[in-house]
Amino acid sequence: MKIDFTHHQSAHCENGVVSNLMKYNGFNVSEPMVFGIGSGLLFCYIPFLMVNHAPAITYRTMPGQIFKKFATRVGVKIKKEKFKTPKAAQERLDENLKRNNPVGLQVGVFNLSYFPDEYRFHFNAHNMVVYGKEGDTYLVSDPVMESVTTLTDKELEKVRFAKGAFAPKGHLYYPIAFPETFDLAPAIKKGIKDTCRTMLAPVPIVGVKGIRHVAKLIRKWPQKKGIKVANHYLGQVVRMQEEIGTGGGGFRYIFAAFLQEASKELQNEKLKELSKEMTQIGDLWRDFAIDASRIYKNRSSKPDAYNQVANQLETLADMEEVFFKKLKKAL
Amino acid sequence: MKKSDVPQDKSNLESAHFRELCYAVDENGEYTTENSTGWTPKTIALNNAIQDIKERTENARKRAEQGLTSPIEYFMELNKMDLGILTSYVGFFRWQVKRHFKPNVFKKLSDKKLQKYADAFNITVEELKTMKYED
Repeated sequence: MKIDFTHHQSAHCENGVVSNLMKYNGFNVSEPMVFGIGSGLLFCYIPFLMVNHAPAITYRTMPGQIFKKFATRVGVKIKKEKFKTPKAAQERLDENLKRNNPVGLQVGVFNLSYFPDEYRFHFNAHNMVVYGKEGDTYLVSDPVMESVTTLTDKELEKVRFAKGAFAPKGHLYYPIAFPETFDLAPAIKKGIKDTCRTMLAPVPIVGVKGIRHVAKLIRKWPQKKGIKVANHYLGQVVRMQEEIGTGGGGFRYIFAAFLQEASKELQNEKLKELSKEMTQIGDLWRDFAIDASRIYKNRSSKPDAYNQVANQLETLADMEEVFFKKLKKAL
Repeated sequence: MKKSDVPQDKSNLESAHFRELCYAVDENGEYTTENSTGWTPKTIALNNAIQDIKERTENARKRAEQGLTSPIEYFMELNKMDLGILTSYVGFFRWQVKRHFKPNVFKKLSDKKLQKYADAFNITVEELKTMKYED
């Protein structure tokens, strides 16, 4: 059986699944719209948590939060289920497919056979849509892929029951009720306000303060940890920024795209200007990545180079602080 | 970023024939999307991370061969796991897994326990014991 589901590629998996499921149900909501309304943008340094033997930094909110906030703000009800056994998880999935209902799944990346080997880490908050089953093979729409793909029932079971942080436990979700009037304007405002609040939060590891905190750490790494470890850590900052779910620079562009769309929806010219400003900030994040990569490319470097990239981060923090203060007032 | 500036560098994505999606502005300043084959700063960071894992794996293999650790540690590194991830796959406590790293303790492990590790690493008990496996 195969549900008539249209696959659209997205930059980030969670936005993509939500946008694709909304489109399937007749609501044309773009990926940036989902990201903006769901307040996906963030910066957070997570102390004590090590990922791949390096400190964890996230440029996005917790997995599942974007969908949750988006759904509450536009008035969509979602059904979510987790399962104790793979058997129950598969039965429920098959039931939904029989009812012609494509569902979103949370999966682990490590055993995703269609991903390039180098990208298969133990990251358990990836999202995809399953839209059919032919024999023992499930039809999969993975939003970060250019086109649809497939997984056997064994492969799907493995990724649905991956273990470790954010273990999906077969997590399955789909929208069940939609609002009568679909008005994005109030949802957009809520989304923007929420993002401004977290980015300007008076918490040392979150938002612009978090960026400054990481800049300080970067200055200390070469003396404290040695060049090898410092380079490994810096590489991880960039990977978190650009790779794992398109992170920092990428997310800044998605947010800028959202502001541009929002300016049309709210007929607010200021947001259009701010969209341009966010694009420039995104460009600077990429410049930071380029300069950081020069350091870890050589696997050895002068401590001064670390200070330079730390300066860049501090500039970014200043710019984002000004930006989000302006954005708050622009509504 | 302008649409024409979306990087088209060589990367590891090539092996799986896919390109990622990027948001960028067109010549009229409107946001649009463009596919990218990869971006060098990112590729270097990823390759360094992979290299680091390879070194850790090689190191664990040598120590296992010298009898300084058990094959469990080697397979843990080979599967890009850390202690926390391995623990949640096999369902033991951290201290138990650490203890199983000791070659003497490993030798006495029951087949039932070994099976749990073998399942976590997607290999057979025999392969776990001998450290010889087929990919």
